Parts: sequence; structure tokens; C-alpha cells
Amino acid sequence: MAEFTLPKNSVIKKGKNHPAPEGAERVKRFKIYRYDPDSGENPRYDTFTVDLDDCGPMVLDALIKIKGEQDSSLTFRRSCREGICGSCAMNLDGKNGLACTTAIEDLKGEIRITPLPHMAVIKDLVPDFTHFYAQYASIQPWLKTVTPPPAGKERLQSPEQRDKLDGLYECILCACCSTSCPSYWWNSDKFLGPAILLQAYRWLADSRDEMTGERLDELEDPFRLYRCHTIMNCANTCPKGLNPAKAIAETKKMMVERAV
Amino acid sequence: MGTGTELGRVRGLGSAREGTHHWWHQRLTAGANLILMLWFIASVARLPGHDYATVTAWLSSGWAAIPMILLIASVFYHARLGLQVLIEDYVHDHKQFVLMVLLNAFTIAGAAIGIFSVLRIAFTGAPA
Repeated sequence: MAEFTLPKNSVIKKGKNHPAPEGAERVKRFKIYRYDPDSGENPRYDTFTVDLDDCGPMVLDALIKIKGEQDSSLTFRRSCREGICGSCAMNLDGKNGLACTTAIEDLKGEIRITPLPHMAVIKDLVPDFTHFYAQYASIQPWLKTVTPPPAGKERLQSPEQRDKLDGLYECILCACCSTSCPSYWWNSDKFLGPAILLQAYRWLADSRDEMTGERLDELEDPFRLYRCHTIMNCANTCPKGLNPAKAIAETKKMMVERAV
Repeated sequence: MGTGTELGRVRGLGSAREGTHHWWHQRLTAGANLILMLWFIASVARLPGHDYATVTAWLSSGWAAIPMILLIASVFYHARLGLQVLIEDYVHDHKQFVLMVLLNAFTIAGAAIGIFSVLRIAFTGAPA
């Protein structure tokens, strides 16, 4: 059966409190999920109070400041700090998003930060993406053709054909959508999830790809594709404003088109 | 079976190559349910009375009995498809098999009893 409560060793305890430096006037409290597998202890919530007058505007700025000044053991992924690498995906006050493109002032009151939901945690805010990446590899996300490449030239595409990839190619695989999807929570072992299905549709929609039938064959499965019940959390949470649910709906339409 | 690697586990036993008909039939029966249910509600509302004799007389006509049988078939088929998804979503151990057998038995028996009852009234005018 699906699990609705945390196992005993995952129950979150109260952790340490790190106050703001003296003289700070404009402060914000961050309640951050901490888990260290080496300690053998349960996860805990540490609270950090940050001086906003001495901090950048984004949640990622605060996390870097906390790591630099208050607790160097705080662990999280980050790289580009401009919403294109997808590394700093985490749950910010109950909604998945990128710490680097979420402004502190847009989150009211104390900000609670946890790792992406329903993923195994490696440490603190770092989830284990091994399975997610294997699912991405399984859809063979590259151009596949029967026609040999034209000698010395690109494979051409009209502007209209290229337009079909808009809303798909922008996906950065941050996993905000997949980890917000209840179907992915309960059945991620077999359900590919919104992110991977959007990527799969990116190749179904590409005018240069000639393996559409084979790709649909691989997707046509009660679990791989049809666990999507149009819950729409994916479209609601995508930090890039994409709509994975629409890509999945288009895939289902292609399935019906070739079967009915 | 490549269960020794992450990609092997994801590829697993491969795609089942089915699910489209399930998805399509669920939508088809949803449409049929809507139309037939509206017909059913409108027909019952338009009956001159709701006593036993009036209702059985109405149901013994082919114009009422045939859509009624279609309604029963569509509703039970739709319910079976929907509850199958529910079981697949939340039950992952051996109980899934047991529940699926019970679901199939319930829907087939329920639909059979319903259709038999309509036919009995339609052909003999007697209650089932």
C-alpha cells in the first residue's frame, strides 16, 4: 500500500537555532531541513535568522550566506544562480521551485525549506536523482532517424516545425514537477513522471525524428504513461512556466490516433 | 533481466504495449454515461406517476428497456475501469490481485443482475 506517514527514522525533530547577528534590523527566519546520514540521527529542522540588509534578494542568496556565516555544514546543490541549470530545486514553503529564482520577499513569514518531496535524501537539501536520471536515459533523449544525415549539411527544419518544440526545449530537468506529482510519489518505480514524459514528447514533436512509432511503443504502458491522472501539479509548480500535463495529453492523443 | 543496474531496473520487463484502450474506453463510457443518465433522469421525471405499475409499464417498452440496459452496461464498465486505476495506484502487494478479482466479480455480477431485471420486466412484465 501507499505510505501516508513517515517511517520512525524519518520523523523530523527540532534542531538548533542560529540567531541573527547583533544589530540586525530587518531579519527573516529560515527553517531548514537537515539530515546527516553519518550521524545516525533523525532529520531535524534548524532555524537560521538572516539579516536581510546584508543579503541578496533570492532564497539562494540566503542559503549561501547561511552556509558562509552560520553553519558551513549546510548542504545543497547550486550552480548557475539564474534558473538555467536546475540544481537548486527544493521545496520552498510547501511549493517546489528554484531557490535562485524565488525572491525572499515573495514568501511570507518564516520560510520553511525542505528537499524535493518523496525523494531519498542524500544529505540536507540534496535528493538522490539516480532513478530520475535512469528514467531520462530510458526514453533515449536524442535524435533517432532512419534517413542517413545529409552530406555536409544540417537536417533542416521549417520555422513552423521548430515552433512545435517551444514550451518543451526549455525544460531544465530540475524535477520540480515530477516530485510534486502524487502519481509519481506512489508509483515512481514505473511511472516516468511529468518531467521525463515532457522530454519524451519533445522528441515525438520533433519533425526530424523518425522513430515516433517506436517511441510510442515504449511509452504505451499502464504505468509508464497512463499513471498521469491530469492532477496538474506539474504545470502549477514548473519554475520555467512549462506545461508537462499538456505534453502528456498530446502524447495520449497520438496514442489514440494510431489505435482508434 | 537487468536488475543489477538502475537503467536495467527502469527498463524492467519492458512496455506492456497497452493502456490506450483502457484510457479511451474510460472517456467513451464517461460520455455515454452523461447522455444515458440525462435520458434516464428526464424519462423518470416525465412519467405520469411513480407507482409500481407505471414504472414497470414504462420499462417494458423497448424504447426504455434498451437504453436502460446500455446505461447499466456503461456505468458498470466505467466503474470497473476507474476502480482498476485506483487499485493500481495505491495497492502494490499481492492484495492487488485479490482486489482485482473481487472488482471484476462485482461488476460482472452487478451488471448481469441489472440487465436480467430489465429483461424480465420487459419480456414478462413481472419483477425479477
